[in-house]
Amino acid sequence: MATAPGIPQHIVIIGATSGIAEQCARLWAQQGARQLVLVARNQQKLQSIAQDLQVRNPAAHISCLSTEFTDPLAIKALVDNIVQHGCPDLVLIAHGTLPDQAVCQQDLASNAEALQINGVSPVLFAEAFVPHLLTAGRGTLAVIGSVAGDRGRKSNYVYGAAKGLVTRYVQGLQHRLALAGSAVKAVLVKPGPTDTPMTAHLKQQGAKLASVEEVAASIVKGIQAGKPTVYAPGKWALIMMIIRHLPRVVFNRMDI
Amino acid sequence: MVAVSSWGRLSNEDHQVQVLADRSAAVAQVRDTTPGICFGNGRSYGDVCLNPGGHLWQTRSLNRFISFDEQNGRLRCEAGVLLRDIQRTFMPRGWMLPVTPGTQLITTGGAIANDVHGKNHHKQGSFGDHVHALRLLRTDGTVLDCNRAGGGADMLKASIGGMGLTGVILDAELQLRAVNSPWLTTDTIPYHSLDEFFELAEQSEHDWEHTVSWIDCLSGSQARGIFLRANHADAAPTGAKAPGRKQLNMPITPPLSLVNGLSLRPFNELYYRLQARKAGAGAAHFEPFSYPLDALQNWNRMYGPRGFYQFQCVVPTADAQPAIAALLNRIRQAGAGSFLAVLKTFGDRPAPGLLSFAMPGATLALDFPNKGAKTLTLLDALDSIVRDCGGRLYAAKDARMPAALFAAGYPDLPDFIQYRDPGISSAMSRRLLGS
Repeated sequence: MATAPGIPQHIVIIGATSGIAEQCARLWAQQGARQLVLVARNQQKLQSIAQDLQVRNPAAHISCLSTEFTDPLAIKALVDNIVQHGCPDLVLIAHGTLPDQAVCQQDLASNAEALQINGVSPVLFAEAFVPHLLTAGRGTLAVIGSVAGDRGRKSNYVYGAAKGLVTRYVQGLQHRLALAGSAVKAVLVKPGPTDTPMTAHLKQQGAKLASVEEVAASIVKGIQAGKPTVYAPGKWALIMMIIRHLPRVVFNRMDI
Repeated sequence: MVAVSSWGRLSNEDHQVQVLADRSAAVAQVRDTTPGICFGNGRSYGDVCLNPGGHLWQTRSLNRFISFDEQNGRLRCEAGVLLRDIQRTFMPRGWMLPVTPGTQLITTGGAIANDVHGKNHHKQGSFGDHVHALRLLRTDGTVLDCNRAGGGADMLKASIGGMGLTGVILDAELQLRAVNSPWLTTDTIPYHSLDEFFELAEQSEHDWEHTVSWIDCLSGSQARGIFLRANHADAAPTGAKAPGRKQLNMPITPPLSLVNGLSLRPFNELYYRLQARKAGAGAAHFEPFSYPLDALQNWNRMYGPRGFYQFQCVVPTADAQPAIAALLNRIRQAGAGSFLAVLKTFGDRPAPGLLSFAMPGATLALDFPNKGAKTLTLLDALDSIVRDCGGRLYAAKDARMPAALFAAGYPDLPDFIQYRDPGISSAMSRRLLGS
């Protein structure tokens, strides 16, 4: 398989069973990635994804790993182990859940769990990779946030708060990398509502969802282009700019 | 509940949709949501994939490859893999599907359950001819291994063309064919009568792999059309450029069908003249040649908010010519029909499935915008021509055929019943099989 310069060869995907991550992995495999490290909790599902990627790219070296996603020590150990085999060109941190807002409001344990897995955990993974990338002096760290992190809304502000945490984290990291003059890049990916198994219940409620293939194509293209923030699909950049700037008196009357 | 339509957009009823995204999780999902029916990419036209008010098992997310043997071209993949994904993944490696229909935007499971055919039936048979094996999830939670050579061959035969009624196909092993390039050498021949069409079809069977024809559905028994035949080329023609993958979209549903009495005649005239100018030898990339309508997303919206019926029949070889003439005459009298009407012949081969559609003879396919009773009356009249000559209609396209016509056209139906899964039911199975 021919590979063009700038196309990532060694890729680590955290949360590789997420619908968006799986589609991104297919695109990278088809572009000729040589080494894919897939990390997820559900090993059975991960194996079937790894098989699929292997068929798409028989030459790629694919490995599957598991860890405890909310345990800082386990995260650190896993990341240190991964980078022993060479520093990746690209790390995609993609795991998450879509919590039920009403449940989070009533049950603090669910609320805490949602904040942990969608907000704290991705940050810990990112932070564990940063020193290695800085030492290597190259590579891209892409973290999947969400348009929900751009402004809190009544329908999903617990999830939005967790993704907002990711947003601020990546912003800060970008600032740090810029001042350090490092070639390492941090990318914040903000998908809009996407048609994946995670959002199946939204579809039941009649929501318009972008296809996961389209979203993944935007992400892969955006990362390759070196954009600091990638809205996927791109139209969400405009929609969210408007939503962010709506005056509170107007916003608070909207049932969204 | 989600409102779901099939490709003909004749209904838009609520369904309880279960997304099957993982083979092992699917076992419990299906067992707990019966009765239901599989829904793949929604390209079948009628009610074979619908179950209004009940459960639909959406298989689109079961879309992973499992293994591929570069030596013998055997591919194992999940049932929700689109044929397009197979073509685009393996064509660069010198392999492609031996049989595909006029769209590659269908799932592998749907292609098996409807035993779809292509333009090369006389050389390659139907899709089911290239299925070595499949794994079938029954609604009681058991998973059956069905192999052509070995265990479960009967269940495989029932599932090929089995309209999804024998179980949920989880994955399948397909035989791909080796090809040297994605290009075809083509030959375009205008014809001016059914005699000429049948003569061309017969002459071409031996030397041409793909044969198909566009027919002007308003031209009656004095048929005129364009006969297309093609073979796989060993290399790209000099200077040829692979087509782009940009898709146009029909963004909205117009308030009226764009296909109507005013547009049909001038369109057919123009189309015939444009195509006739291309007469002679040429070259084509397999994608635009095989799947011309895939370039226009949501083309089914063209028929307006009431949707459309597709009619596809096959009539046996012995009476093919008079039967096709009678069908075309009746369609011309009604002044109905569609821009794209397709007439082709099937080869003389045994079918791989108990309820396979393709049989030796000629097949005619065209769309009719839904004008209510008027359209149904015309379709009833076409039914009787098909019934009288011992032909059959294609379940994948059907939304309204009477149960008696189905039973008459598919003599292996009584044998099929024993293979049904009692936890599976669709609008079509209730209409045609009573449950």
